[in-house]
Amino acid sequence: MIEIKNIYKKFGKVEVLNNINLTFNKGECIALIGPNGCGKTTLIKSILGMIIPTKGDILFNQKSILKKYKYREQIGYMPQIGRYPDYMTVGQIIEMVKKIRNANQDLDEDLVKAFKLEKIFNKQMRTLSGGTTQKVSATLAFLFNPDVLILDEPTAGLDPLASEILKEKIIKEREKGKLILITSHLLSELDDMVSNIIFMQEGQVYFFKTIDDLLLSTNEQKIAKAIANVLKSK
Amino acid sequence: MYRIIKIIFFDILKNKIVLAYTLILALLSWSSFGLEDNAAKGLLTILNVILFTVPLVSILFATIYLYNSSEFIELLLSQPIKRKKIWLSLFIGLSLSMVLAFFIGAGIPLLINAPGIVGIMMIIVGCLISVIFVSLAFLSSILTRDKAKGIGIAIMNWLYFALLFDGMVLFLLYQLSDYPIEKAMVAVTALSPIDLARIQILLHLDVSAMLGYTGAIFKDFFGTTTGLIMSFLFLCFWFFFPFYISLNKFKSKDL
Repeated sequence: MIEIKNIYKKFGKVEVLNNINLTFNKGECIALIGPNGCGKTTLIKSILGMIIPTKGDILFNQKSILKKYKYREQIGYMPQIGRYPDYMTVGQIIEMVKKIRNANQDLDEDLVKAFKLEKIFNKQMRTLSGGTTQKVSATLAFLFNPDVLILDEPTAGLDPLASEILKEKIIKEREKGKLILITSHLLSELDDMVSNIIFMQEGQVYFFKTIDDLLLSTNEQKIAKAIANVLKSK
Repeated sequence: MYRIIKIIFFDILKNKIVLAYTLILALLSWSSFGLEDNAAKGLLTILNVILFTVPLVSILFATIYLYNSSEFIELLLSQPIKRKKIWLSLFIGLSLSMVLAFFIGAGIPLLINAPGIVGIMMIIVGCLISVIFVSLAFLSSILTRDKAKGIGIAIMNWLYFALLFDGMVLFLLYQLSDYPIEKAMVAVTALSPIDLARIQILLHLDVSAMLGYTGAIFKDFFGTTTGLIMSFLFLCFWFFFPFYISLNKFKSKDL
């Protein structure tokens, strides 16, 4: 569904992404992990067209995304730090995105209910806490039933209850055959969600394996321990 | 695109600064007509006010608004919208609200107190100046990510066009006063939208008789229909060009 071909990105003199080749298919739930500053968010933002790669191409359903925008109708994106216009209320933001998307399809309002967002519809974005802002971001990502979900650190900042709701939602969407891309530092959370794992380091893909392969090759039960094992043996 | 323009436009109208700007323009316009005994003098006073405050407010407000809507731009970028549309919507939304503020603040008193060709000219020129400085604001804000730097560039732009440019022209005039530079001066005015606007209006007032030989040359050029069209074309170029550069930069910007 998404093919990343020889992506290379430089910010000034710093190489952030160095020759990355990846292919993601429908029904996969992929965890993108790696140390801070290894290029995870840059990779995600390149797929979204927010960052334009210096070299290389990204294909979405076999079509290049460079200079295109329509393909984003099929992507739901939850940013790491959701930044919204300060003086708009939660309700206004959701209405506005609906209008922009010109959404005629059925809306998926599961998360609006689960997070009880109706209660804060009249609150301004600047008055919300970090976690509540994340709830709004998550709701917006899932609202339009997109085929691809890109979640940048989805559970960071959420309370345990909310993060459990979000995890259940992710699993539910994966079972519908959607492609889900998650970056996370909380390896313990990934166990029952993800099917594949990408480990990035210094702008390169260190490995890209299915969970089964990873656990088998390291003789571990948990992702966190398996990763630790791989890193030690390096 | 229409939807985004509407969202931006109403967001700006809610802003109290725009309201204050409208009120100040109205106050200045009404009082200058009230203070002077004839409409032509009032017009002259308003002209100076317009050429000083309108550019300043337009460029500063638009620059700050653009920096403050970086979150909004980011949100829009993750949605299925063309980059060009986002930037164009911002430009149209900001220009419309600045023009509206100018029209209500200064346009209405002008129409009431000085109906006629000069009044209408002044309104058109004021609207163009508003849009031109919004366009320059887009250029200033795309040049750097740093808000303080961006606002600094905006203020420099305003200083240059409102004060420094005139100073430099005067300096040149004195230095080169032995040479026949009158025709060249006509060309030099095209380099500053504020001067273009000023000359355009002055030539339609009686005071142009006092401008001397250079004034006569100006009248020869700007007073004709070709000259009029030319100067409007230059003004249009001034709002199109800075925005066009910023649009091209925005298309390939990393956010």
